[in-house]
Amino acid sequence: MANLKTTQKKTKAQSMGMHTEVLTGKTQQKFFNPDEAENFFYWGTHDVDFNKRTELDVKDMDCKDANRKIDSLMSEGYGTIVIKNPQGKHSLGVGILNKLNLIFEGSLGYFGVGSIDGPIVRVNGRVGWSCAENMMAGKVVIEKNAGSCFGAAIRGGDLICKGSVGARTGIDQKGGSIIVGGDAGAFTGFMMQRGRIVVLGDVGINLGDSMYDGTIYVGGKIGSFGSDAVEAPMTKNDIDWLNRKLKVAEIGENFDVSKMTKVVAGKKLWNYDALEPTEKKGAI
Amino acid sequence: MCGIAGLIHRGKSSNVGEELQSMLQALKHRGPDSTGYALYADNDGQNFIMRFKVGENVAEGSTSANEDASVYDERKKLVDKNLSDLGATIVKEERLTPYSFRYEIKYDKDLMEFSKKIESVEMVEILSIGKSLELIKDLGDAAAVSERYGLNKVKGTHAIGHARMATESGVDIKSAHPFWGYPFSDVSVVHNGQLTNYWNNRRALENKGMRFMSECDSELIAVYLAEKMRNGATLEEGMKDSLSGLDGVFTYFVATKDSLGMAKDTMAAKPLVLYESDDLVAMGSEEIAIRSILPQEITTYDPFDGEVKVWQI
Repeated sequence: MANLKTTQKKTKAQSMGMHTEVLTGKTQQKFFNPDEAENFFYWGTHDVDFNKRTELDVKDMDCKDANRKIDSLMSEGYGTIVIKNPQGKHSLGVGILNKLNLIFEGSLGYFGVGSIDGPIVRVNGRVGWSCAENMMAGKVVIEKNAGSCFGAAIRGGDLICKGSVGARTGIDQKGGSIIVGGDAGAFTGFMMQRGRIVVLGDVGINLGDSMYDGTIYVGGKIGSFGSDAVEAPMTKNDIDWLNRKLKVAEIGENFDVSKMTKVVAGKKLWNYDALEPTEKKGAI
Repeated sequence: MCGIAGLIHRGKSSNVGEELQSMLQALKHRGPDSTGYALYADNDGQNFIMRFKVGENVAEGSTSANEDASVYDERKKLVDKNLSDLGATIVKEERLTPYSFRYEIKYDKDLMEFSKKIESVEMVEILSIGKSLELIKDLGDAAAVSERYGLNKVKGTHAIGHARMATESGVDIKSAHPFWGYPFSDVSVVHNGQLTNYWNNRRALENKGMRFMSECDSELIAVYLAEKMRNGATLEEGMKDSLSGLDGVFTYFVATKDSLGMAKDTMAAKPLVLYESDDLVAMGSEEIAIRSILPQEITTYDPFDGEVKVWQI
């Protein structure tokens, strides 16, 4: 089982003066007090070995059985699991809270790999609605297209679709990065609160509608801007970050990111700033 | 939430009855109340096929009532008399359930007058008229309805279907999809979503002489498109017009004798997954519907907001 280790090293964001607030909420005190880290037990996680590999055919399983079997394999130490015949089934690979190489040989239905915290996932097919919803950390790569609500409410990690995605991509996004190689539908970045969305192709109408914060980069045409979304100047930091991320995402080779359109929130919300005093619009 | 599915074979016919059953059965969790099929079958095209019912199959929330089956025979006699008065000839008749019939008829005059006369008989509703359209709908899942009406062996070029979860109206056949595009032969519609300007549109269309048989909001789409086509619009023009004329959230399919179309509202609030190749287009509310007939690895995608597509056989 994995223990949460105390780390003294500051993150880059903390070095820049961001995220310095003391978390005093009841949940934080109970579960994330660094003084008690040695006793901290992250329920539902497993110590796995990436070199220990297995395959799982889910053709005749329902999603509950398949997810239980994945958990069982992780408890046996398997760190690389290849899922055969997912056949568009819903809710596969959800709730994985530890490191894992998870490979789907086919397509997923709705809510695939939702609420994950750490695994590296590759889907050699398409995903349906709400892929990786509420993802906390890790990396998810979709080789083909994705449905609507791609990366809804993610808080961290990298979510990558090499094809096109549906409507409301990054709705309620609270962190992390969503990177799309193709086009995106209407309401991309709807009510986005933090994090970044990158779309190399076109986006539909109402881009960034009602966004609180965060940044959206678009390489193609924009159907229309939503309420509160405005264009902002690209900086060197933007360009460097985009080049770095696209390389990690394995898409957009030779894509001229300097010509992308940068979109941020145009309205300052008093209650949102009060909640996150160190987060500044457009900060990289 | 409801599930919809459709497929069109281009340049050939196939077992569309069996294929659509698989697709709709895969979507059963989206709508267990009733299932409907609009199959475009390999009929000889000489005569009209009329599918109609003379009573209801009633479950929770319906505004209709279960009746004694003895009234069905009386209504059938009245339908037969009206057909004779209209100058129509019954070539073949089949009774599929106590309340539903399939007639093959010879008739070459106005279909609106024809429909009004037939439906003047109490509780009689024409489910469809067409040279190739076979529209069947009843309570139960796809397998149950298919078995009841013997749909597994139907061959044809294209089909659309619906698995209904009743929300806007009760559980009965009249509220089940697909809806026939009265008074046009071979036009059918299925819908997933809710229409919020139903009553405004219904009142306006009724004033123009269009007929509604249910209180189901989805029926509006069929009537709306039929009225546009009656005024000279093509199917695709009518569908594009519907994106602004219909308010609410929707994905719908419409089929004619030789085409199949889809439309998605401008919010893209209802799901649709689409597979397109040179010889087959298959689409459904969820990918598992397509996977039920195409288990091999394929590339599918979600159409975008406000998108209208029409394919020919």
